[in-house]
Amino acid sequence: MSELTGYKGSSLELLKKSNASIGDLIEIVTPKMKYEGILMPRYEYADDLHIVIKLSNGYNIGIDVRNIQSVKRVSGGVKPHFAPPPMPSVNPNLPKVSIISTGGTIASRVDYRTGAVHPALSASDLYLVVPELSQYALIDAEVLFSIYSENMKAEYWREIALKVKEKVKNGYQGIVITHGTDTMGYTSAALSFALSNVPIPVALVGSQRSSDRPSSDAALNLIGAVLVASRASFSGVYVVMHSGMSDDTLAVHLGTKVRKNHTSRRDAFESVNATPVAYLRGTEIENITPNLPPRRDDKDFDVKPNFDTRVALVKFYPNFDPDVIGYFIEKGYRGIVLEGTGLGHVSKYCYEKLKEAKDRGLIVAMTSQCIWGRVRMTVYDTGRDLLNMGVIPLEDMLPETALVKMMWALGNSDSIEEAKSLMRRNIAGEINYRSDLEKRPIR
Amino acid sequence: MIDYKGIGLKVGLEIHQQLATKNKLFCHCEEFQSDEFDFLFIRRLRPTQSELGQVDPAAMFEFKKGKMIKYHANRRSSCLVEADEEPPHDLNMEAVESALIVALALKSKIVDELHTMRKIVIDGSNTTGFQRTIIVALGGSLKTKNRDVAVQTISLEEDAARLLGDHEGYREYCLDRLCVPLVEIALAPVEGSPEEIQEIALSLGRLLRATRRVARGLGTIRQDINVSIKGGKIVEVKGIQKLDLISKIVEFEASRQLGLMKIKSELEKRGVRPEDIGSPLEVTKIFKDTECELIRKAIEKDGIVLALKLKGFSGLLGYEPYPDIRLGKEMAELVRFYGLGGIFHSDELPGYGIKMSEIESLKKMLETSDEDAFIILAGPKDSIFDSMMAIIERAKDALQGVPYETRGPTPDGKTKFIRPRPGPARMYPETDIPPIPITKELLLKLEKEVPKPWEEQIEDYVSKYGLSQKLAQKVFDSEFSELFEVIASKTKVQPSFIAATLTETLVSLSRAGFDINCLDEKDLIELFLSLDEGKISKEALPQVLEVFLKGEVKSVEDAIKKLGIVTISDDELSQIVEEIVQENKELIKEKGERSFSILMGKIMNIVRGRVDGAKVGIVLKKRIENVIKEQA
Repeated sequence: MSELTGYKGSSLELLKKSNASIGDLIEIVTPKMKYEGILMPRYEYADDLHIVIKLSNGYNIGIDVRNIQSVKRVSGGVKPHFAPPPMPSVNPNLPKVSIISTGGTIASRVDYRTGAVHPALSASDLYLVVPELSQYALIDAEVLFSIYSENMKAEYWREIALKVKEKVKNGYQGIVITHGTDTMGYTSAALSFALSNVPIPVALVGSQRSSDRPSSDAALNLIGAVLVASRASFSGVYVVMHSGMSDDTLAVHLGTKVRKNHTSRRDAFESVNATPVAYLRGTEIENITPNLPPRRDDKDFDVKPNFDTRVALVKFYPNFDPDVIGYFIEKGYRGIVLEGTGLGHVSKYCYEKLKEAKDRGLIVAMTSQCIWGRVRMTVYDTGRDLLNMGVIPLEDMLPETALVKMMWALGNSDSIEEAKSLMRRNIAGEINYRSDLEKRPIR
Repeated sequence: MIDYKGIGLKVGLEIHQQLATKNKLFCHCEEFQSDEFDFLFIRRLRPTQSELGQVDPAAMFEFKKGKMIKYHANRRSSCLVEADEEPPHDLNMEAVESALIVALALKSKIVDELHTMRKIVIDGSNTTGFQRTIIVALGGSLKTKNRDVAVQTISLEEDAARLLGDHEGYREYCLDRLCVPLVEIALAPVEGSPEEIQEIALSLGRLLRATRRVARGLGTIRQDINVSIKGGKIVEVKGIQKLDLISKIVEFEASRQLGLMKIKSELEKRGVRPEDIGSPLEVTKIFKDTECELIRKAIEKDGIVLALKLKGFSGLLGYEPYPDIRLGKEMAELVRFYGLGGIFHSDELPGYGIKMSEIESLKKMLETSDEDAFIILAGPKDSIFDSMMAIIERAKDALQGVPYETRGPTPDGKTKFIRPRPGPARMYPETDIPPIPITKELLLKLEKEVPKPWEEQIEDYVSKYGLSQKLAQKVFDSEFSELFEVIASKTKVQPSFIAATLTETLVSLSRAGFDINCLDEKDLIELFLSLDEGKISKEALPQVLEVFLKGEVKSVEDAIKKLGIVTISDDELSQIVEEIVQENKELIKEKGERSFSILMGKIMNIVRGRVDGAKVGIVLKKRIENVIKEQA
């Protein structure tokens, strides 16, 4: 923690004069009162007019600098000494699971003195914070990135994929990847393609309620992911998260069919146009989807970790400006995934730009902004026109999965034609040719 | 009679009062109590680890037991915020204003900027695992009849979920009360008799009600009290809902603590030291053919029996320095928290099916002498040790006197063990809510809204409405004071009658078993309007209320119809009076004005409930006077 985090302007000046730093015990005198408390960091976008202290009863209050007569540093802060509880003993014969963290805190410890939340990242930290893990797996933890979900990039997908390859080579029976939830669906799709032949389960996991709160979904999700990684009979890339509001059932979603469909709920992640592949109740894994690729013993497999980022996901809407397509053509993009209306349409006034895209060698493919359902472009004139222009209908594929797949297809092909053919083929379960009778099939 | 001053009795009051706001504290739900639930979900809370690596032992125990929490919700009173499935919305400024008005009324120093904190609470009463709480003011003082009591802090916080039941393996809450704004006022500990302490709570309650911004009715105000005596630790009694229990509870706690101190000095006299309390032994085999049902059942369920020798404790487990205060009882309450049904101790044996021979072998095994006591526990292998550890700690605490713990009130004004007192509050900032500066403009505006002192408001009831002092206080303290004012202004009904109906009549109906909570303000206003319009008489009003409360009718109007109340017109009344007077002319001649009460009785037998008795009296009196004149 830097010395006076968050303070600026007049409050910073006053604090500097007193030589106090965050965590110090200070005394502030105003005409009304004399306060004594621990100097706290300031909320970053708050004004520069208040100094925040923690009173001895644990509460924080803000004191207006305009009322302050004096600030005095009483004594230095006492760094809390972390006295960890006894480490649970781990049976060395348990399956070996590697936990790769990319960001988002799946486990943490709170410093009640300053309010800081420290992530628990090492294997021993994880065992301490979620002791149940010691019953299920021999854990190895590695921090690959510490980034917010929204800062995830295709180049990191590549690094994660290569890391997974290395772990498989080293004999791990399963891999858990902790991830911020906002873009976890993109990453799970990317890894599904890059690791389409992975011999063991790779479980992505995150939390919707921060891990510092007793009600967090993080621990249960993490335990679930470790169970899937260590015990599932299938291989492949999956997302493991709550299946409902209750802390009793987790859903295992196929990496290419999963989408974050709610901003905040624990069960935000849903399988779209598919059922979850399995559910987890307690330690029981109930398989739902038949014929998943089985877990294998091989230590080597082909990784295709390249992604060409010159691909755009473009949503059509009334009064959409076709110059948006023109912009991507000019910028040298190699592909566009359209998120069209209904069965897969964009207005006729876009035709000219779409033709231009085709002529300049871009792949153009169609998904639907309906999210649920399949594009079917033979039903209306517009759809037929677009098919004629070479727009590829992507069946029931999620728009986000389609974007990632096109990046991957272009990144791992020698020609546009090869990439197009990959787009049409089902690689990692991203296309389901049958539509379930239920809109949101549960099993 | 205990000399409270002599024993150094000190009591700190902490009052939690629900605020009457349109919405809850951090979302846009309304407060609405209902036992109809359309939603259920299940959670488990995990004790979070602090930087110090410490976990609240009671919280850890609950977690280890694997207790699930079932939350029931009603769509009208709860949304995703209560379910901890959505971040909190902006802080409700209406609630902030109410809390600030209370702070101004208590001359407390308002903080310049509000910071929302998370206070870790892991029993499931908060879906998040913490309670959001904000200090709004520090210091100040409460004026009471005999003295000023210092205020320590005033905070604004969210109320907890309502406990529906605590069962084996799970606990049930409903979310209607969760997130309702509360103002919490902590008073400095004071010395005084139990009655004086209750008086302070009453004054504070009245000050809050005087703001007219607080919720009323049972459960909307709760008191926590911290009680200690010289030489003992502070005991917290949480969640007292009835004001008139406070003095009883303080009295009980004082005697309990005093009793524990007596036990302590006896132990001291006997020279018992903490290290004399050793480890338990497993004694299951002694009881393999026992006739003690409790132990037999525990063994049948694959449980075990443990015994602990308490050196020098003989006679002190059953010793009752004050009524109902025994160390044995304290230990039994303690193990109930850890999931056992109770304990057996040597001072009550033989008994409960435990035979002398079993006691003899036990004593031999434990190597006890006549000065020693012992305790027997029977229960499941995996949880019995938690209970035994707690007993060992409790026995060591007995050497210190009064242990530090959290207790709860019983309906008869005693207290019972709830849980060990948690360590220092674990608080950290609620980062989802930015700090809120309190502007000078807001304070200037709110200063104008600080209410008249409650004493003056009660005095107003006396002078403006002609209520007696006692009735004025009753109405002011009831949940109907504002309604009283509305009805008094809307009707010409005598205010004292309105006040008496809203307090005494409703209380007696409630005591008779009617649920007066189902009465709507609208219904009560209509009731008095009907009286005002002469549709019913004063005498009939309680009957109408009763029919309405029985739930047989949907409106006051229907209740009147159902009772067949047809009021009598002035002409009809005159005619009835005339008939009775004519029939009793002889009596009038004989008794003169003293015939009034007999005739009144006869007339009321005919018209009761259909016309106001006072009115009958006036008409009858006049008529008798005329007859007397005529006869003369």
